[in-house]
Amino acid sequence: MGLKSTLHNLKEKYKGTKMAPAFNAIHTFLYLPNETTHNGTHIKVADDLKRTMNIVIMAMIPCLIFGMFNAGYQHFAALGTPVEFLSWDAFYIGLIKVLPLVIVSYGVGLAIEFLFAVIKKHEVEEGYLVTGMLVPLIVPIDTPLWMLAVAVAFGVVIGKEVFGGTGMNILNPALTIRAFLFFAYPTWMSGDKVWVHGAVERDQMIAAGEKLDAISGETILGSLAQGKEAGYELMDMFYGFIPGSVGETSTLLILLGGLFLIFTKIGSWRIMLSSVIGALTMGLIFNGLVNADIISEGSKFYGLMSTTYWHHLLIGGFAFGTVFMATDPVTASQTNKGKWIYGFLIGFLSIMIRVFNPAYPEGVMLAILLMNVFAPTIDHYVVQGNVKKRMKRFKVKNA
Amino acid sequence: MSNDIKIKKGLDIKLIGEAEKATENAIISNFCTLRPEDFHGVIPKLLVKVGAKVKAGEPVFYDKSNEAIKFVSPVSGEILEILRGEKRKILAVKLQADKEQTYQDNGKFDVNSSNADKIKAHLLASGCWPFVKQRPYDVIANPNKSPKAIFISGYASAPLAADLDYTLKGKEAELQAAINALGKLTDGQVHVSVSKNGNSPFSGLSGLTLHTVSGPHPSGNVGTLINKIDPVNKGEVVWTVNAQDLVIIGDLLLTGKFNAERIVALAGSSIKKPRYFKTKIGSEIATMVYDNGVEKDGNNRIISGNVLTGKQVKPDGCLDYYSNVITVIPEGDDYELFGWNKPIFNKISLSRALTFSWLTPNKKFDLNTNTNGEHRAFVLTGNYEEVFPLDIFPLQILKACMYNDLDEMEALGMYEVAPEDFALTEFVCVSKQPHQEIIRKGLDVMIKEIG
Repeated sequence: MGLKSTLHNLKEKYKGTKMAPAFNAIHTFLYLPNETTHNGTHIKVADDLKRTMNIVIMAMIPCLIFGMFNAGYQHFAALGTPVEFLSWDAFYIGLIKVLPLVIVSYGVGLAIEFLFAVIKKHEVEEGYLVTGMLVPLIVPIDTPLWMLAVAVAFGVVIGKEVFGGTGMNILNPALTIRAFLFFAYPTWMSGDKVWVHGAVERDQMIAAGEKLDAISGETILGSLAQGKEAGYELMDMFYGFIPGSVGETSTLLILLGGLFLIFTKIGSWRIMLSSVIGALTMGLIFNGLVNADIISEGSKFYGLMSTTYWHHLLIGGFAFGTVFMATDPVTASQTNKGKWIYGFLIGFLSIMIRVFNPAYPEGVMLAILLMNVFAPTIDHYVVQGNVKKRMKRFKVKNA
Repeated sequence: MSNDIKIKKGLDIKLIGEAEKATENAIISNFCTLRPEDFHGVIPKLLVKVGAKVKAGEPVFYDKSNEAIKFVSPVSGEILEILRGEKRKILAVKLQADKEQTYQDNGKFDVNSSNADKIKAHLLASGCWPFVKQRPYDVIANPNKSPKAIFISGYASAPLAADLDYTLKGKEAELQAAINALGKLTDGQVHVSVSKNGNSPFSGLSGLTLHTVSGPHPSGNVGTLINKIDPVNKGEVVWTVNAQDLVIIGDLLLTGKFNAERIVALAGSSIKKPRYFKTKIGSEIATMVYDNGVEKDGNNRIISGNVLTGKQVKPDGCLDYYSNVITVIPEGDDYELFGWNKPIFNKISLSRALTFSWLTPNKKFDLNTNTNGEHRAFVLTGNYEEVFPLDIFPLQILKACMYNDLDEMEALGMYEVAPEDFALTEFVCVSKQPHQEIIRKGLDVMIKEIG
């Protein structure tokens, strides 16, 4: 008996039992199920949700691998013993720091998904496959694993399952997890230490009385928000050789991922494009204010306001958020017109929050979460346009 | 008003097994089956008992909610069996056909000297009324209402559909008679769509407004035509008739006989010699299918209708009341190793998610009935709009149907749609949601609550 028939017999055996969703979830990863159509269309397109989610994960893999190299590279650079970027030393640090984040993210998240599937007797839906990959990419490298586990549990249960699971949630689960980390452990999550592996540890050693130099792990946004120089070459920012959350630093790879998503028609080009336009617009407005001398050099907003408008696309998590999180179809606007407005406002607000919130200058997280909340409202007005047209037609006829 | 309708949104599903343009007479079916479920919403009241003899065109049952609507026997013969399901619901009326067919004579009918009421009464009594359907709700038309217009699609764009230019050839007289009659039933016009590139028998007829349509499926759907010409508003009614049924109506008016003969395409990748057959409504499918290369114990799906909207039938099943195509495709009840992530070349996809049908836009595919994935919540957005040409928000109206919000359903355009309009969105649905069923249930709720 081959594997196929063995698994088929097991599936039949588990049918109707509590184990069925859990077994099927694993089974369907190996084999496309033998389900056939009944009513309605007798044929179906090749795509399913697993394939779709898989494409998004594929688009993120380069960012993950780059993030591993960069983690080690930044670590050694900060220690004062720089190594080659593409070196085993750099990758090793990244591997032992990033892989546990991935494992905890998937482990905790999928365990909760399976649990809910078994309790609520539905199939395990694929939504978490993408969330589980997003989470390790958007947290700082030195996030303690227990914090991550707590945050993932919170994000999946409160952010998603209470609304009814995949497809029903209002907020992007990955960002809910990130926001939980930020607001629950602010002293840990903000500031200039957590972004480079070793910086926190070194601080503790100094505090214990050892005579060592402190490591600065400041991100570019952090520096700019405090009115300092960015301290990095523009091309370094584009390639991603800068400190930041694990997978969000390389604008180049994110751009490639975004193009891949657009090419495969999985990601919404409308949201990505309009978000970039929104960010550039806000950047230009701020640049304009600086040029018109409304904001003087002494202002605490000067640093970020005077940043050349298009540099905003390269720093911080803007690119990553725009490509991989603003485009989450469940929490984004669902109408094509709505997507333009939704994306534009995300870009616009991201840059605004950056400038006006120096305590935590990464605006894209809050901008997306805010627009997640407003997405149904945007859609409502777009759909109302169609409804009004219908009403008007009705009135003309009956006038 | 433009007479040229060009559709951009849509999808032509190209499948192997298109019917060759050659017509055979099907083996005369010994049995004929009428299935009340073909007539959505009709509760049948039988007029005959088992063992009774009927002529072709003699009423077999009528609609409980409107006794005037009669359903007649397509053949002459003896009532063999009345199949009942739960609560004695009538599932099928099975007849044994006579060797020599006899017809009930309804007499020749002069359309020109008759008014609307007379025409209606004649169609109702002779059993031709069920061919007239209405929107809203996509059910048999209520004869007490007057439609603002009548819509007929003379162009079938569905995958492997019967080519109407071919099957209606030579039937101009019948079509003209039917259109003359229908034209008197409405204050508005009779709109007929034909293919831009075709040579339609409709193009020479009078008493109708001709529209040429082009573009991908669903350009030939009557729902698309209505939406582009004159969408249904609240309180309004439009009627639709299938082009092939006009022939039966026309025949009745000209000769007085209910002649249930119809040219049917036998198509699909499981058929060795796909071609056209002359047969009758309710005939056994087996009479056509097995002589044409379909293996008797093969693992095939036989569909009365096209692959998007047809009904699954058993080999001993029958051609349903409204279909002019029988499609046979392979069943897909097998597992596929890593089917969810490996590159796919042999299935159709709208995306490019390691699916490569976009490389071969003219390739004909051999699709089976596998769902290619499991049922999920609605997740993706924007892909229905790509194949949905109506001025309606498809995802939003589906969701409104799912949570039964009548006000929202009405506001979003539920009066304008039929389940078949959502066949393509169902086909492309990544979450494998049953769109047509959702819309049908939504329409049924509206009939019940609003009427």
